Amino acid sequence: MKSSLQKFKESYFLYSFKRDKVAMASFIAILIFIALAITAPWIAPMNPYDSNNIDIMNSEIAPSWTKGGQADFPLGTDNMGRDMLSTMLYGLRTSIMIGIGAVSLQALIGIFMGLSAGYLGGKTDAILMRIADIQFSFPYLMLAILVGAIFQIVFGISRYEQLAVPLLILIIGFAEWPMYARTIRASVMREKNKEYVEAAKVIGLSKPVIMVRHVLPNSLTSLMVISTIQIANAVMSEAALSFLGLGMPVTMPSLGSLIRSGFDYIFSGSWWITVFPGILLILFVLAINLLGDWLRDVLNPKLYKD
Amino acid sequence: MFAFIIRRTLQAIMVMLVISLIGFSIKSNIGDPVRDLVGERVTPAERAAIADKLGLNDPFFIQYTRFVKNVLHGDFGTSLIYRKPCLEVILKHAPATIELVLGAALIIILISLPLGVFSALKPKHLFSRFIMGFSTLGVSIPVFLTAIMFIYLFAVTLGWLPSYGRGETVDIFNNGYWNSGFLTIDGLKHLVLPCISLASIMLPLYIRLIRSEMMEVLETEYIKYAWAKGLSPKRIWLVHAFKNTLLPVVTVFGLQIGIMFAFTILTETVFQWQGMGFMFLEAIQRADISLLIAYLVVVASVFVLVNTLVDIFYGFINPTVRIAGTK
Repeated sequence: MKSSLQKFKESYFLYSFKRDKVAMASFIAILIFIALAITAPWIAPMNPYDSNNIDIMNSEIAPSWTKGGQADFPLGTDNMGRDMLSTMLYGLRTSIMIGIGAVSLQALIGIFMGLSAGYLGGKTDAILMRIADIQFSFPYLMLAILVGAIFQIVFGISRYEQLAVPLLILIIGFAEWPMYARTIRASVMREKNKEYVEAAKVIGLSKPVIMVRHVLPNSLTSLMVISTIQIANAVMSEAALSFLGLGMPVTMPSLGSLIRSGFDYIFSGSWWITVFPGILLILFVLAINLLGDWLRDVLNPKLYKD
Repeated sequence: MFAFIIRRTLQAIMVMLVISLIGFSIKSNIGDPVRDLVGERVTPAERAAIADKLGLNDPFFIQYTRFVKNVLHGDFGTSLIYRKPCLEVILKHAPATIELVLGAALIIILISLPLGVFSALKPKHLFSRFIMGFSTLGVSIPVFLTAIMFIYLFAVTLGWLPSYGRGETVDIFNNGYWNSGFLTIDGLKHLVLPCISLASIMLPLYIRLIRSEMMEVLETEYIKYAWAKGLSPKRIWLVHAFKNTLLPVVTVFGLQIGIMFAFTILTETVFQWQGMGFMFLEAIQRADISLLIAYLVVVASVFVLVNTLVDIFYGFINPTVRIAGTK
């Protein structure tokens, strides 16, 4: 018997990964971004959440290589006098946290719904998939904006800003679960008549055990493919919500709310407050999308064409 | 087919009922119509009298039926900000958004068709690879960032195009509702940047869709047969292959118009475009719940209508769709 590590080393998956420079580069880029996000409190020059470090006299300083720049602030400062580099690192951290949180929630709801629909069939299947279809016919971004707006009015702006992280995870998580439900259901429908499922039934395993221990692991490849795309989508949705003022507050900015606060100053020439977080956001999403494209091509060339 | 249409219509009505129920329960739980009407300086006794007169103490279900009845008559209540009926406010803002979407759709069609077809016919060509790379980049740039970059480049730095507003408009029907920017030079100039920004987010999707559909069609038997018959490449590509690519593309286009409306909220914010999205955000910021709910119901009914029509249309062409739901 080969160990699973050995198997992985000899797999086609790793082979094609090593041969594809774009996939390698985007994977490394994602790792770097995640590492930066995790270590932000230690590597950032200052803590942008701590008002003791912020001096309003330092506001709107240009990046250090341009005229009027200061060596203390390599990428300049924002309108509140925070170091752009530190604020961006913390912003990336918030964006990634919300992105991963929201996708986990989507996956949780979607997998549960998809497994129940696919395996139980009949009425359950019809009802669950109808709900998914109907929700699918509404643009998820519109849904997220509407729910965000309602939450903001119900909680009031200050309370909403305190609860922004969990609320955003909830909003974006609920807006896109049908994607997972459909994918899982499709692969359950494919798997459920195969022999290993019959075998599991014969030895007397219960339905939930068969679904979670036997059918689910065989659906993992399709899950991996949509998860990458969904994380990119979730990060973009969070940025859009924050840009509209329905997301992270200015005191604890994500990349989206930094871009929003920079937009008010772009006409006076302070381009760096918008441009640097914008570039960081684009690079992060682009890396995920490139990796997702590659994954889709390698794992399942036919299934996800749309 | 008749049964299919009935089933689809019933489903649409069900969805609208559920949405109106959600909308109404939000409205009845967080709004305070008495305060909206008379302000704060009224004694509790007078308040209770007004609430009674408005029927706010009736059971939930009776209030809901009344709400649905009013909505069906086009009465969504009065907007708090504008002090006018909500439906009138929405109808006045709708043309700006519709023109924005129309402009963007035009740009998408004009650019995505030739690019998509070209990259399907010559997938190895350098230009096709450039198109594909560019479309991956395009998907990764949020629409508001594209808009901001356009403003900074073309409006602030170069000063070629205006950065916000709709410019000079013409009242088409002389009734104050439809002010068009398509008929004046100034209005057209104001349309350029918002339309391109809005188009930029959907363009990559369409290029990819057209490319993959076209490539699939090119592999089919009847195209091979057409080659064997010795038809000219132009005729095979444009008449035989392209026509059959269009059907799925048109369907997706119909469904995606809804998504474009979601993105107009972002574009309109950046360009201060006085459309429905702008109005919607204003309603959120000033907690105008009647207007918010009216927007929710109007937009949802447009989506449901479009989806139902697309489905029925598709059922006509593709019989497997209408058989799928039956037992």
